[in-house]
Amino acid sequence: MGPFMSPFNNLLCMLLGISFTVWFTLLLVFIIVPAIFGVSFGIRRLYMKTLLKVFEWATMRMERGAKEKNHLLYKPCSLNSIIAKESTSLEEELKDIRRNCSSPELDDSFDMSDAFYFCRRGIESIVDDEVTKCFTAEELESWNLLTRSNYNFNHISSRLTVLWGLGVVIRYGFLLPLRLTLAITGVGLLVVLTAMIGFLPNGRMKNFLSEKVHLMCYRICVRALTAIITYHHSENKPKNGGICVANHTSPIDVIILASDGCYAMVGQIHGGLMGLIQRSMVKACPHIWFERSEVKDRHLVAKRLSDHVKDKSKLPILIFPEGTCINNTSVMMFKKGSFEIGSTVYPVAIKYDPRFGEAFWNSSQFGMMNYLLRMMSSWAIVCSVWYLPPMIRQEGEDAMQFANRVKAAIARQGGLVDLLWDGGLKRGKVKDTFKEEQQKLYSKILVGTQEVRSRS
Amino acid sequence: MFTVLNQTLLCLCFPVSHSQITRLYSRFHSLDKGENGALSREDFQRIPELAINPLGDRIINAFFPEGEDQVNFRGFMRTLAHFRPVEDNEKNKDPTSGEPLNSRANKLLFAFRLYDLDRDDKISRDELLQVLRMMVGVNISDEQLGSIADRTIQEADTNGDMSISFSEFTKVLEKVDVEQKMSIRFLH
Repeated sequence: MGPFMSPFNNLLCMLLGISFTVWFTLLLVFIIVPAIFGVSFGIRRLYMKTLLKVFEWATMRMERGAKEKNHLLYKPCSLNSIIAKESTSLEEELKDIRRNCSSPELDDSFDMSDAFYFCRRGIESIVDDEVTKCFTAEELESWNLLTRSNYNFNHISSRLTVLWGLGVVIRYGFLLPLRLTLAITGVGLLVVLTAMIGFLPNGRMKNFLSEKVHLMCYRICVRALTAIITYHHSENKPKNGGICVANHTSPIDVIILASDGCYAMVGQIHGGLMGLIQRSMVKACPHIWFERSEVKDRHLVAKRLSDHVKDKSKLPILIFPEGTCINNTSVMMFKKGSFEIGSTVYPVAIKYDPRFGEAFWNSSQFGMMNYLLRMMSSWAIVCSVWYLPPMIRQEGEDAMQFANRVKAAIARQGGLVDLLWDGGLKRGKVKDTFKEEQQKLYSKILVGTQEVRSRS
Repeated sequence: MFTVLNQTLLCLCFPVSHSQITRLYSRFHSLDKGENGALSREDFQRIPELAINPLGDRIINAFFPEGEDQVNFRGFMRTLAHFRPVEDNEKNKDPTSGEPLNSRANKLLFAFRLYDLDRDDKISRDELLQVLRMMVGVNISDEQLGSIADRTIQEADTNGDMSISFSEFTKVLEKVDVEQKMSIRFLH
């Protein structure tokens, strides 16, 4: 067997060697070198346009299939609600209910029909509420050939199944290994090069090199996700001594913003690979990493942040005030800590296009590794980033009002719903104070404002 | 999957459209964190807007039949069916098919049961006080609340048993536009 296999073996080895070399050269030329210099061939945009056409065709086929069988396709309601909610206040509603009763005046009288208002509002919130749907991925209008986002399984024809199968092969067989290679390259280079730069003395050379290295590695990571990003209003990019705030959808937000500018990151030190990356990054330029125990100490956090912004030579800080990942249809309450510091705030709005891959990280549904795998096996991550004009806290405005003003600006630009609810509701219960407010409101209507004020 | 569900529910005389059932099923599914096909009280409590509603607990209770801790999709739809608006063509329905769940009488019964804590078909002074306390919190004194309850019972009670029966409840609210106030409008 030996002498017969040997030339075949040699041939096999040669072929493998050649294909590896070709593979890596292509990788280098088309992806890594442009990443280093920040240019683009436009391949990804072409890819995006092609995909869109394919998706439209797929949806059309499904609709046709459904019509033949006389069924209705499940159409998601996107930003519209299931039900029409009336935005009348408690007072108006109660007056309206009691309109025909003997005592239409509200003072000091209770009517059994008062319960109708609370009842209806309760049922409305059971059918459709603003908050719980922020913590699950958005539904899509048309199918994007990913099993994970399909609700009309029984309407897939055989042609569509073939297309889907082809999609699976391309995504898992070609795109995923490519992206993994790039990701490993990017992260590896980041760790090694920043560690090397750490040996240089502090000065302009170090800052310059650190900037270049960070940008290059983030750009490679961007390509590792096939992220197609459009930046708007780059003249408003954050400057040194400022704080950049953005809405949070996934850990990828960091990569997206950092590939277009240099920021000082803020966060908790992790263990493992993440910790390794954090420790080497901080050698090259000052990021703000906290120990787990320090995170709870608000004064310490505030002090470190304000020390950082006072030093004009340091990079702008990147913060996500929502504190948790939201599904990119709304913006939830901003925590006021970063708005108390008193420096210029540069708001940034990030909006993902969910047709190519759902970027939202539902941390209760899957962990980080699973999430990254899903990201890398999606078609692409397409998003738009808007740099909004800088904002400063006005006279007579407290931190919470300032935070809400910034939040409203971000929501308006990104086309997101502006919510007052806390992102912490993802995991925790709502505070009792909100219920008490509702009770107080009703009490005031029942017995008049004076009585209630003296009691509380 | 949805067609089978649709047929089952149509047998129960819920006049809902296919898309409405699909949407509600999807909503049921998203509330069901344990993924066991049924909702528990905790699943409802997770909705912030419901948790801050003063009558939130009573509303949640309405979904669960006596002594049960889980409600399946059928039970979920059954309770929600009370809140469908009353359409004109439904008024001319065949009377032998039974009163639909979203009739005026059934809507009033739903509201009555919000007050009737022990399900004995009577609202006693105690029960009224408890529900009032839920709605006003700590903001009104016991005496004042007591007098409000007394006055309400006095106005409604016609047979002198110091509690409100369902017919007395209906009489007091005869002028109220129950159909509109206890209905939610579905889009599409």
